[in-house]
Amino acid sequence: MLISFNLNGKAESVDVAPDTPLLWVLRDTLGKTGTKFGCGKALCGACTVHFNGNAVRSCQTPIGSVAGQRITTIEGLAANHPVKKAWTAVDVPQCGYCQPGQMMQAAALIAQNKRPSDADIDGWMAGNLCRCGTYVRIRAAVKEAAKMA
Amino acid sequence: MEQITKPARRDFLKASAAVGGGLTLGMYLPLGSKVAEAQGATHSPNAWVKIGTDNAITIMCARSEMGQDVYTSMTLLVAEELEVDVNKVKVEFAPPAEVYINSLLGGQLTGGSTAVRDAWEKLRKAGASARMMLVGAAAKQWGADPAQCKAAGGAITGPGGKRLTYGQVAEAAAKMEVPKDVPLKPVAEFKQVGNKAQKRLDTPAKVAGTATFGIDVKVPGMLYAAVAMPPMMGGKVASYDDTRAKNLPGVKAVVQYSRGVAVVADSYWQAKKAKDLLEITWDEGPNANNDMRKVWGGLREASNQAGAVFREGGDADGALRQSGVKVYEAAYELPFLSHSPLEPMNTVADVRADKAVIITPTQFQQLVPFVVAGATGLKPEQVEVVTTFLGGGFGRRVEVDYTIDAAEISKAVGAPVKMLWSREDDMTHDSYRPGGIYKVQAAIGSKGELVAYRYHGTSPSISSRLFPSIVKDGIDPFAVEAIDNFPYKFANHKLTYQMHDSGITPGYWRGVSHNLNCYVVEGFMDELANAMGKDPIDFRIANLQMEAEKHAWSGLSAGTSVGPRLKKVLEEVKGKAGWGAKMPEGRGQGVACMEGYNTVMSCVVEVTVSKNYDVSVDKVTYVVDAGPLIHPDQALAQIESCTIFGQSACMFGEITVKNGGVEQTNFDMYRLVRNNEAPRSINVNWLPAAKDQPPGGLGEPATAVVQAAIGNAIFAATGIRVRRMPFSPENIKAAADPRMTMKPKSV
Repeated sequence: MLISFNLNGKAESVDVAPDTPLLWVLRDTLGKTGTKFGCGKALCGACTVHFNGNAVRSCQTPIGSVAGQRITTIEGLAANHPVKKAWTAVDVPQCGYCQPGQMMQAAALIAQNKRPSDADIDGWMAGNLCRCGTYVRIRAAVKEAAKMA
Repeated sequence: MEQITKPARRDFLKASAAVGGGLTLGMYLPLGSKVAEAQGATHSPNAWVKIGTDNAITIMCARSEMGQDVYTSMTLLVAEELEVDVNKVKVEFAPPAEVYINSLLGGQLTGGSTAVRDAWEKLRKAGASARMMLVGAAAKQWGADPAQCKAAGGAITGPGGKRLTYGQVAEAAAKMEVPKDVPLKPVAEFKQVGNKAQKRLDTPAKVAGTATFGIDVKVPGMLYAAVAMPPMMGGKVASYDDTRAKNLPGVKAVVQYSRGVAVVADSYWQAKKAKDLLEITWDEGPNANNDMRKVWGGLREASNQAGAVFREGGDADGALRQSGVKVYEAAYELPFLSHSPLEPMNTVADVRADKAVIITPTQFQQLVPFVVAGATGLKPEQVEVVTTFLGGGFGRRVEVDYTIDAAEISKAVGAPVKMLWSREDDMTHDSYRPGGIYKVQAAIGSKGELVAYRYHGTSPSISSRLFPSIVKDGIDPFAVEAIDNFPYKFANHKLTYQMHDSGITPGYWRGVSHNLNCYVVEGFMDELANAMGKDPIDFRIANLQMEAEKHAWSGLSAGTSVGPRLKKVLEEVKGKAGWGAKMPEGRGQGVACMEGYNTVMSCVVEVTVSKNYDVSVDKVTYVVDAGPLIHPDQALAQIESCTIFGQSACMFGEITVKNGGVEQTNFDMYRLVRNNEAPRSINVNWLPAAKDQPPGGLGEPATAVVQAAIGNAIFAATGIRVRRMPFSPENIKAAADPRMTMKPKSV
């Protein structure tokens, strides 16, 4: 079944089963591998993308529900986006695997909250696991990004 | 190091291969030297440096980048002496080759917090040697004395303002004789190594989302494999029915391989959906009935055996029975843990009749050609290995099981295949940080003098499975880390270890046995300090072994007693952490210290414990003596990382088995620390390096120390000594039972 949607500002059409998770369409069909697979059950946040501007877990988003909608992945977040600039300035990544998901989650926060408190950040970012434990820097980078936003 | 490297090397490969895939290897080191060859218009003075005629400079990174920053720190060491700007070079992961072997481990292997320690001189010499050849080539061209020429910024300047770039002399330099005497810059003259403002070289790609992890690899004609593996350890496929699976769209093949059944399809999701429809009957094997009652029962029974002595002084057993002493004793029970890096195990394998290409996130690229050869019938030299970025390693990717699986599946379907595990596959087919039982006793004299110390550890032996040749006389050196270097002075001491196979596959897990023994040693020292009414830091300092004494096993540690270094970090941490500040109810400070990987550190943790025994880790302060820092900001990042990793372990970590298989399948059942649970502050204070002090390892030690400090802080906050990890409300509540309070026996 042909499903059309907007990906990172461009029209895309894919011919896949509608129950296929958006994650695998992005990675395998469209070659957008910045979005990562970590758990398959919305427990880790590595697959976070924006669905009409909201942070969602793409492993739990069937492609059928994406028809006609607007999806943004890490590749679609501008290189000069405050989150990318802050993540670079703070040198957040270690292994880096979870970071696209962390950054997409953070970008959705600062889009609606320009001055997030510690508690806002902790709560908003709690669904994104980092096995390397970069949380202290993630918090700092979110604040930095919010200042630039 | 001698003990682990020299004799081990050959057996090392044989043994590892046998473990990985039940294969026997006929191949031995040294490998045929397949040093990165000059390609196109690039020239290599040595195996670490490639210089293009266009002046592009590539530095080879022979360690796996799994977050710990080798991509930058290794490159810095070469660039410093090569006299090139580290921010302008390209970094490539090195293929397996003899020249890239880690001298501290005897293999091309990333682990044991050895990368920087192994590279410290070696890579600076590699950079210096290449620079000398470039300078020599320029001097020759000018007919000048090399001593009058100077290299800087990727170019050589000579007498009369002559100038040649590295690219212009690269070809000639590659033909120069390799210098035998390679003097190194004094540390004080470093321009790049030690630069606090230096950023990671891999951050731009990791922020852009373009860094290639194993899971991201795509090769032409590649198919995707999802696998079904036996849920019980040691199980095998008895039979399977793929009628429903193979009729799903996109499915190309269903194949049985050594470990399980693979569905190969046009996309991962098609393969995964079909895999879920496989009907498999398992041959359950010898561990089918294993469960935690048996595991802990077996460990308890084994802990009653005498074990093997690995360190002894005086007569501890006699002293514990002598009249007039008070005897304290405690037993610690520490659980099994999973590595669970966020990128599940995966490999892209392209196995052809006459060659194979294996693209994989591995910590042990050197072993891959051998095990893939064993699995496919190819020769090791026909197997090319490409290392990607690793989405976490932590010891899991020292194992090569998943590369073998992918190679078998590719061979069976005759196409390049990306095999990817689900989180459930990954968590239930790990090698696990072994649990264990640790019994400790101390005899204290009437004047408070430390008369005797007795340690008896019982746990599965990881090295018996992976590197049996390093296990001698009943001692697995990796089981006695952070206890073989026991730093306190007891007139009589006896330390013993009993290995016991629990039926749960044991594996090296970040920090390995430091995590186990540090809590036993430091928890029990805390218990003694409390029993004697002493300040925990003062008590430790007063009882440190200050004289030089060599340890029996000194594999990855300093090898000699480190009393003076420990004293310093313990003294300094008092002020840095605000030690002894009055705490409100439910809040407490705990301390721990350790030497590991030739790094010495102290740690003070502040926790708050609620009425329901929920623990919040609020503040962590370290004083660290790790020698010179190659990349200071990332040295700090490693301590931050270890802190959270250790916190996850001691607060939540526990793997259990039932019916021979692991019960935890995903992050809802195997909890990791989340952003809101991380300490608000992790404060790291570095001691300046002493003259000629080599760097210590930093990828692991804080993982162990923070766990012990958290346990001791919980005691300070509650008066409850929790000797069973994790520090869950259930385990704290159980430990609050007055019968669990340590009371001395008078002899």
